[in-house]
Amino acid sequence: MRILVVAEHDGRGVCVASRSALAFARDCAAATNGSVEWLLMGHRLDTPAADAAAYAPVLVADSPALADPLADRYAPVIAAVVTERRANLLAAASGTFAKDIVTRAAGLLGGAMASDVVGHEFRDGGLRLQRPMYAGAALASVELCGAPRIVTVRPAAYAPAERSRTVAKIAPLTVAEGDLSGPSEYLGLASHRAGRPDIKEARVVVSGGRAIQSREDFERLVGGLADALGGAAGSTRPLVDTGIAPNEFQVGQTGKIISPDLYVALGLSGSVQHLAGVKNAKLIVAINRDSEAPIFSAADYGLVADIYEAVPELIAKLRGV
Amino acid sequence: MKLLVPVKRVPDPNQKVCVRADGQGIDDEDLPYVPNPFDEVALEEAILIRERSAGSVQVVAVGIGPEACEEQLRSALAMGADRAILVPCDETLDSWNVARILQQLVLREAPQLVLMGKQAIDDDASQAGPFLAALLSWPQATFASRIQWLEGGLQVDRETDAGVETVHVRLPAVVTVDLPLNRPRYAPLTAILRARRRQLERVSLTMLGLAIEPRVRVLRLDGAASGRNCRRVASVDQLVHELREAKVV
Repeated sequence: MRILVVAEHDGRGVCVASRSALAFARDCAAATNGSVEWLLMGHRLDTPAADAAAYAPVLVADSPALADPLADRYAPVIAAVVTERRANLLAAASGTFAKDIVTRAAGLLGGAMASDVVGHEFRDGGLRLQRPMYAGAALASVELCGAPRIVTVRPAAYAPAERSRTVAKIAPLTVAEGDLSGPSEYLGLASHRAGRPDIKEARVVVSGGRAIQSREDFERLVGGLADALGGAAGSTRPLVDTGIAPNEFQVGQTGKIISPDLYVALGLSGSVQHLAGVKNAKLIVAINRDSEAPIFSAADYGLVADIYEAVPELIAKLRGV
Repeated sequence: MKLLVPVKRVPDPNQKVCVRADGQGIDDEDLPYVPNPFDEVALEEAILIRERSAGSVQVVAVGIGPEACEEQLRSALAMGADRAILVPCDETLDSWNVARILQQLVLREAPQLVLMGKQAIDDDASQAGPFLAALLSWPQATFASRIQWLEGGLQVDRETDAGVETVHVRLPAVVTVDLPLNRPRYAPLTAILRARRRQLERVSLTMLGLAIEPRVRVLRLDGAASGRNCRRVASVDQLVHELREAKVV
């Protein structure tokens, strides 16, 4: 198999999530005696390209027109490179970048796409992919018909690929600027992260649920404990619906799917939809006033307590006060 | 102006979904079905656009699938859709085929905007919107949490992993919506009763000149294991102790 992996980057290096997609790609290449290349897109890419080359050969599409991630500009570039390199598999980390851009590229390439893949195997010469459905209540084994195949993988399910022993080549691609004046325009980005780590990559995530009564309480309890643990803040959907937490914090089936070493659930009941987002966490701790809350059967440690009392105490003890 | 809103029939997210013992699907006897919640947000937005507009706006709901999809289309009419089109299809549909059907409907109906959910809560694929935009060569704005009408297009806030991104797209366009966009209304009883008597339009695959071309073949489903052995601790002190023992803090 000739495999292309879309390398998401932050201007400095390749995102950890993309290295999970690379781990999937390397395994497919090893099973089929194939090859793997990164596809890196954007503008002023020298630093991320050098980082990417530590893992695999890099194809670089660098253009001022690609400075911002607009689907109707990126997708034709991806589709053209897949066709030109005669790649039979395009891989990427599932996340909003891939859901927007790689999916559009897949639409240009015939639509043989599986999203959110959590496992794979080669059987009878064919690639079988496992992906969750129904908020994780079912695991589907699927086959893709047609070529090329497009797969996004859940970073939680694949350990990030390690560096190669040698540094690989970096090959610039020619980008036809004429094709890149699409009918969309990028206007800006606003983030609520408040200096905390990215929730998708954080080792520790603290989430709050319905028991949190205001934005101030969210910041003090969820944010405060996240800071004491050096982690990120998350939330359930009801808190997003009431405007207490920003949407980008939402963990679950329709929000972020994460796999931190430690997940702390504060005052949240543990709906199926929420739990679908944290199934792969190594350790789950729940604090809830209701001893019957379903979150306790999904947790490794449980404390039945009012979070308004327990969390300030926990923060103080963790900080050694 | 015309707005097209696809509405998918999905199992009620508040019910527990169980996989059949033979692995060939879910046990849907007695399982209630509802319109995909994200599609309801899309429909609400389309209705709001009509209500706020000075000109005439038509909201067209589309269902694709078995005859039972009629139920969800009637809900859409009760919420306020002006028309409802059913594309009957008993074959298994993946996102690619849904997008191909929608593409042909768009060519027939010529809407200025397709508003749809960012994902369906059954297969969670998040593919149909961008596929459709690619097939039509239309601009797309996915995961919309705010849509403003401006001269020559839409300004859309998008909920991304990095934060809220703002883009401008020219019309015609495909916009997929996220939950913060609005709160779908409940249909009043009188509207539900009226919707029961409404005629649905039917457009067959043959009329659209299409045959299904499978891209994703589901071989089997397995029930996913869940649950952990929860150790209850009695105090914050004990919790801190356990976490230190587990070497996570």
